Amino acid sequence: MFALRVHDLGKRYTLGAQINAYDTLRDVLAARLSLRHKPPAAANGDDAMHIWALRHVSFDVPQGSVLGIIGKNGAGKSTLLKILSRVTEPTEGYAEIRGRVGSLLEVGTGFHPELTGRENIYLNGAILGMRREEIDRKFDEIVDFAEIGRFLDTPVKRYSSGMYVRLAFAVAAHLEPEILVVDEVLAVGDAAFQRKCLGRMSDVAQGGRTVLFVSHNMSAILNLTREAIVLDKGRIAFRGPTPEAVDHYLSATMTRSGERVWQPEEVPAAAVPFRPLALRVKDARGRVTDAVRSVDPVAIEVEYALDAPIQGLRVGIYLLSTRGEYVFTSFDTDEQETFRRWETRPAGRYVSRCTIPADLLNAGRYLVSVNASVYNVKRYFQEDNAAAFTVDATGAPGSHWAEPRPGLVRPRLDWEIEHEA
Amino acid sequence: MPPSSPAEELTVLRPSRGWLDLNLREVWRYRELVYFLTWRDIKVRYKQTFLGAAWAIIQPFFTMVVFTLFFGRLAKVPSDNVPYPIFSYAALLPWQLFSKALSQAGRSLVSSRSIITKVYFPRLIIPLATLFGGLVDFFIAFVVLLGMMAYYHVALLPRIWTLLPFLLLALATALGVGLWLSALNVLYRDVGYTLPFLTQFWMFITPIAYSSTLVPPKWRLVYALNPMAGVVDGFRWALLGTPTGPGPSLWVSTAVAVLVLISGLYFFRRMERQFADRV
Repeated sequence: MFALRVHDLGKRYTLGAQINAYDTLRDVLAARLSLRHKPPAAANGDDAMHIWALRHVSFDVPQGSVLGIIGKNGAGKSTLLKILSRVTEPTEGYAEIRGRVGSLLEVGTGFHPELTGRENIYLNGAILGMRREEIDRKFDEIVDFAEIGRFLDTPVKRYSSGMYVRLAFAVAAHLEPEILVVDEVLAVGDAAFQRKCLGRMSDVAQGGRTVLFVSHNMSAILNLTREAIVLDKGRIAFRGPTPEAVDHYLSATMTRSGERVWQPEEVPAAAVPFRPLALRVKDARGRVTDAVRSVDPVAIEVEYALDAPIQGLRVGIYLLSTRGEYVFTSFDTDEQETFRRWETRPAGRYVSRCTIPADLLNAGRYLVSVNASVYNVKRYFQEDNAAAFTVDATGAPGSHWAEPRPGLVRPRLDWEIEHEA
Repeated sequence: MPPSSPAEELTVLRPSRGWLDLNLREVWRYRELVYFLTWRDIKVRYKQTFLGAAWAIIQPFFTMVVFTLFFGRLAKVPSDNVPYPIFSYAALLPWQLFSKALSQAGRSLVSSRSIITKVYFPRLIIPLATLFGGLVDFFIAFVVLLGMMAYYHVALLPRIWTLLPFLLLALATALGVGLWLSALNVLYRDVGYTLPFLTQFWMFITPIAYSSTLVPPKWRLVYALNPMAGVVDGFRWALLGTPTGPGPSLWVSTAVAVLVLISGLYFFRRMERQFADRV
């Protein structure tokens, strides 16, 4: 049985209403009085005055399942969640919802800085749709979860931002609707608390409730959902198992190649005197490529210029999986000896090159971020996901079994088999 | 999320067209939220103020003092044979309730923008909560009135119970006008600028500094088109026994108040669907 069914849903915004925060009566009268012709509508239904934030979106979610929603900023994720949580009405189409919807579009909605933690728990709970008796019952649990202890009766304006967020999430996490709609609220708080929140979310899902979960955090999406929708420009671009949806999303949004060349105007002023020129991924034969084999070494080089000497500079890369997990971090002066040799780098042109050994990376797509900094002093330059390359596992250990191998690395290990007859 | 809806209830979200039903049942489901928002308003209102809840008394009291000096003593405005201070204070009570509700309800939706764009609940709850918040100030100031009546040896009349319907009339008028203004304010911020002027203007057409008996009889019914005139007349009649008791004027006032309230509810409901996008 479905918990949620969305049919041909669309939401159109009037640009004037969105951009100028509000009209004045005079504007409206002026517009009514002047007999201007409206600009002709474009093929997709957008015109100069209106924009479809969401259009022709249909899907359904069975009861008790967790659906991930991913997409770039402006893809329509928030609009979809706002419609489903009844904050705003659709312009066309409809959505059918079975049961209560609890929406977490933001943590701490309605928190009042002058009120104490205790008071805000009640207020925020009521705004989120909890009944008083329900809040009474869960009060201790909420306080425990938030770890605010003795600050319970302190006005929240005196809270640290971490405490504030913990309390806000704690209240929201104790909502128990049949359908929980969660926007990017986990992007707050420290890592430990984020883990706790994720744990709470998966408890909710395992409790048989339906969850719609929007996040930019691909590992959270992969952990919590089995199925996901990719939204692009207000439409559903893909729906399927989460790993495939994540790949679809990433390949559509990250069209980075094996080479990144910086034009002078692209370099931020803060980078001076460091001037990045290029980042290149090269195969065993020294050609720039974005497809390498797992059994071959890969060279990664950063070309840059210094317009003035820098003391203690290190230039390095982060290698990440497309799911946002770090594979490693490495700098060109990681070796003490090299660091001493290049204590001060004079002005001039440089190439820092490293080689990722053969038989290390598993099949998949990898992203390279680049960083130039002086430890504890200054970060001159950083660009995330500046280049990307795909690793092919043909000939890698175990590739005679045509099975995917979980794991970021696929090292060739020395196995010994001992046998006793 | 309707707190008391059955778990398996099917909700259909679709574009609404034209005039909607008022959906007051939904508001009733959310009554606890009305309570919490009212409680928040009261709790927050006098936090970090030196005088605290005394402000609820200071405003009407000092207005009364100024009125007594200028209208009572200097201009010698007749006060239906009641001491002028108590004559004006009895009118200022419902007036303050009304004018505060007007200005606060008018701005309420815009100042609750952060909630409106994030969580669903019947939006009517927001102006409703500001109205109830003002009621608390009213009761505090009312205690002072009882003290003044004792001081001036004005005996309580048996008809004092009729204050309740007059209070309801004031609330209905305040809510009706508040709904119109709050919904309009979301769409056109001009309303925010009109509010102080509107309140001032309204005060002059309401018999607060003077008695409605000064209005020529043939204009009485027109004068009563302002429901607050009926409220103030009623308050003075119920508390002080002035000759401004219920008559045809009161029916005119009541009819206008009901009309404003019902039209306000429908207008608000019709505009409600745009609030999150426009606020």
